[in-house]
Amino acid sequence: MMRRSKPPLLEYAALTTHRVLALVGCLALVLAPHALRMPLWLTLLAALVMGTRAAFAWRGYGLPRPWVLATLALAAAAGTWMSYGMLFGRDAAVALLLMMMCLKLMELRTARDAVVVVCLAYFAVVTNFLYSQTVAMGLYLLGCVWLITAFLLGMQRNAGPRSIASLLRHSALLLAQATPVMLVLFLLFPRIQGPLWALPHPSGGGLTGLSDTMAPGSVSSLSLSDAVAFRVEFRSTPPDPSQLYWRGPVMWDFDGRTWRAGDSRPLQARSVRLQGDPVEYVVTLEPHDHRWLFAIDLPAERPESATITQELELLATQPVRSRLRYAMSSYPQAVFGLDEDAAALQEATVLPDAFNPQAVALAASWRAQTNDPRALVARALALFNEQPFFYTLVPPELGIHSVDEFLFGTRRGFCEHFASSFVVLMRAAGVPARVVTGYQGGQFNTVGGYMIVRQSDAHAWAEVWFEDSGWVRIDPTAAVSPQRIERGIAAALPDTDPLPLLARADTTWIRGLRFGVDMMTYGWNQWVLSYSQERQLAMLSGLTGQTLSWRGVSIMLIVGTIGVVALLALVTLRRRPPPDIDPAAIAWDALSRKLARAGLSRNPQEGPLDYVTRVTRALPPGPADAVRAIGSLYTRLRYGAERSAEELQTLRKQVRDLRVGPR
Amino acid sequence: MASVVKPSLGPWKRKAPAATKAAVVLTQQRVYVMPSRMGGVFSLTLFLMLLGSINYSLGLGYVLTFLLGGLGIVSLLHTWRNLAGLDIRPGRPERVFAGDHLRFTVSIRNPTGLARFAIGLRRGHEVAHFVNVGPRGEAESFVEMVAKQRGWLEPGRMEIATNYPLGLFRAWSYMHFEQWALVYPRPEPSPPPLPLVPFGSGTGTVGQGSEEDFEGLREYRPGDPLKRIYLKSLARPGAPATKEFAGGPSPAAARIDWRLCPDDMDIEARLSRLTAWILRAEQAGLPWSLHVPGTDLAPGHGSAQRDQALELLALYGR
Repeated sequence: MMRRSKPPLLEYAALTTHRVLALVGCLALVLAPHALRMPLWLTLLAALVMGTRAAFAWRGYGLPRPWVLATLALAAAAGTWMSYGMLFGRDAAVALLLMMMCLKLMELRTARDAVVVVCLAYFAVVTNFLYSQTVAMGLYLLGCVWLITAFLLGMQRNAGPRSIASLLRHSALLLAQATPVMLVLFLLFPRIQGPLWALPHPSGGGLTGLSDTMAPGSVSSLSLSDAVAFRVEFRSTPPDPSQLYWRGPVMWDFDGRTWRAGDSRPLQARSVRLQGDPVEYVVTLEPHDHRWLFAIDLPAERPESATITQELELLATQPVRSRLRYAMSSYPQAVFGLDEDAAALQEATVLPDAFNPQAVALAASWRAQTNDPRALVARALALFNEQPFFYTLVPPELGIHSVDEFLFGTRRGFCEHFASSFVVLMRAAGVPARVVTGYQGGQFNTVGGYMIVRQSDAHAWAEVWFEDSGWVRIDPTAAVSPQRIERGIAAALPDTDPLPLLARADTTWIRGLRFGVDMMTYGWNQWVLSYSQERQLAMLSGLTGQTLSWRGVSIMLIVGTIGVVALLALVTLRRRPPPDIDPAAIAWDALSRKLARAGLSRNPQEGPLDYVTRVTRALPPGPADAVRAIGSLYTRLRYGAERSAEELQTLRKQVRDLRVGPR
Repeated sequence: MASVVKPSLGPWKRKAPAATKAAVVLTQQRVYVMPSRMGGVFSLTLFLMLLGSINYSLGLGYVLTFLLGGLGIVSLLHTWRNLAGLDIRPGRPERVFAGDHLRFTVSIRNPTGLARFAIGLRRGHEVAHFVNVGPRGEAESFVEMVAKQRGWLEPGRMEIATNYPLGLFRAWSYMHFEQWALVYPRPEPSPPPLPLVPFGSGTGTVGQGSEEDFEGLREYRPGDPLKRIYLKSLARPGAPATKEFAGGPSPAAARIDWRLCPDDMDIEARLSRLTAWILRAEQAGLPWSLHVPGTDLAPGHGSAQRDQALELLALYGR
């Protein structure tokens, strides 16, 4: 067979020991963040393989035979299968890929292999983003990309050695020039809503947030977490802090200790009567692996692709596994549930038998005195208010009859204790009641102009049903600790209670710094991590002032890319006049210009001596002598071995002082 | 024969730029750019990264993919810029003997203030020779070939190319200089001894030097003493040889003559033998004369005589 393709130029420099070590180092840096996420055996094996390769390079040993590598690869695959139970899940695939990259190092023989490893290393950077996309991780991996690019530069055939510093500088320059292209592509490249293929999803085990059950201690454990639950930008005046109840899962079913959300029913339109002024806002919800979305009591609408239940819970169609942004409006004064059906009301008075007998008996005694539900509510709140109840994050352990023990024994509890006992009392008194969980309050970021709601703001309250006003929010915690509602959790808790650092009120500058950092994170989330199809269209439509179609975006992309590349081409390819930085040459050019004005311009090819000879012949004796002196000084300065600053000064002065009249 | 003289022209005759004598400036129209094989691997990697970013909605994945995409585009500009604007001049070709390596030097000048790296020069499919050219600097590069045949030889179309900086793209251009090199015939490796005659006289004499100063052999001429006859030469066809010794009374001259070669010798072999003799004579510092059919060179020596004679032999019959 005839080979038609031309053998390529010898493209790369030889793969020296130093280059092998540098490449292994680059790959190790890229893979380092995976070390803690992968099973220990895999991390150790990868480290061993990389270490061995580096040692082989250092010692100049030959590389292992293919069958050794094949065995190792099979062993890695088997180990992955045993660790993950599969080969193609996300984590398993990443683990396998990393192992194969390390083994590829064992095949690193030629420069061509090295270049393949460089591509693999670039790809390995992306696998890190599956697990972390923080600013810090982004910067770290940008550093890795910088090093890898410098390595690739160093692999080029070059007639002279280049210092590492110069490679790093050049690599930084290339990346800097690539940035405008990146920005245009990032903003304009049509975003496709993933996933293109579904891989078994990891469980949301690492995510914190409310759960669909509530037992004593479940909310207070959240209160120890600084993690952001969601951030809110208000489009209208934010409501008073005492009105900031972020509605989450509603609990109906009580088994004596734990509250559970019941089955959800779709909302009947008539159930809600809107009144008062709406609050408009945009929520950016952190992933929490559950379906519910949070909104201020009472949500008046549902975001696209979410449903709303009879309990006014907002439910996304899928568990929220990536950051979600939605616009909402709420009516804090709205009334709802006037037409609640009898079955539901019946369900809202059910209590399990043989639990909390004391509380049931107490409520029954109240019921004997009055039938008025409002009076019963007042009695219960008065109980919390008048008896020595304490609001604390570290309540004592409770036994089987948790409500009894709390009401008549410990009297120290967190919001879930108060909400749970209150609802039990109400139900026992025959008033339909249920538990609502969610968040209360939030911290206003004065730097960024938005509100941060953290897991530590998690809260539980109660709703009771009145015939004339439907479901009404009653917060028994407020009866015990009004500060919790008015001023947040830090103000309400004794100083001895553990609290997340960020929930504590502290000095102004720390607060400012914190807000600044959070604003950066928020902006990062909004513009880098959650820049979705929707946001892209909204942004571009806002920019152009008209509704854009995908065609429009594509045209913008093409035009934008060409524009940026053309600009870059102009900058990089602009024909620079050779910058002659020799001051002697600059002075000489000045002389040439001066003489040119007198009609004695220098020919491009004319050397200084020829020029001086020609010029002096044409000039009167005085200027001719001056030019001769300048010429000899110039040739000495320009081509001689040594020069002094004074001589340069003299040259400049002589050129300046030369007078040649136009002829 | 003609196709051998210009070996590399054949397949590219149509595309080859007209041969030029003077400098070639790699203007923007003359520099071509295409992705290299590495560029292909790199774009495949980017495509996979993009797919992954879409599938998992990785904001930073998009950032990285587009940053590397931008890097590719920027490296295209840099690769192209690395070649554009260079000013290339043919050097004066050296003269070699057939069978030797022949270097066509080329001077690469960089009129710009931008350093150029890894500029490769090659001919056909050969491995390139790389140089760096500093800002407003100049570097010498070359293509090398084996001079197979005597006569005029030119390098044909040369390719100047670079992958710099990242190897993702290859920029190249072609040049064809009228850079004829003269290739002398290949000297015969072990030629018969120089045919000597006493300088200034037509008849040969043999020196009287002592046995220790053996200098060489020459063709037997009647009257040579019997003990000076090189006995082994008697076993070979052709004329017997006589041993010569230094310190002889008269300096000899070499008579390098086409007709001294055996009659059945072909032209190229004869030219080889004459070339070898000329070199011997020059080496020994002897004056020599040359006869080839149609031309005679008077006895003499020195580089001018040598070049003239070798040129004559190189172009004999051409």
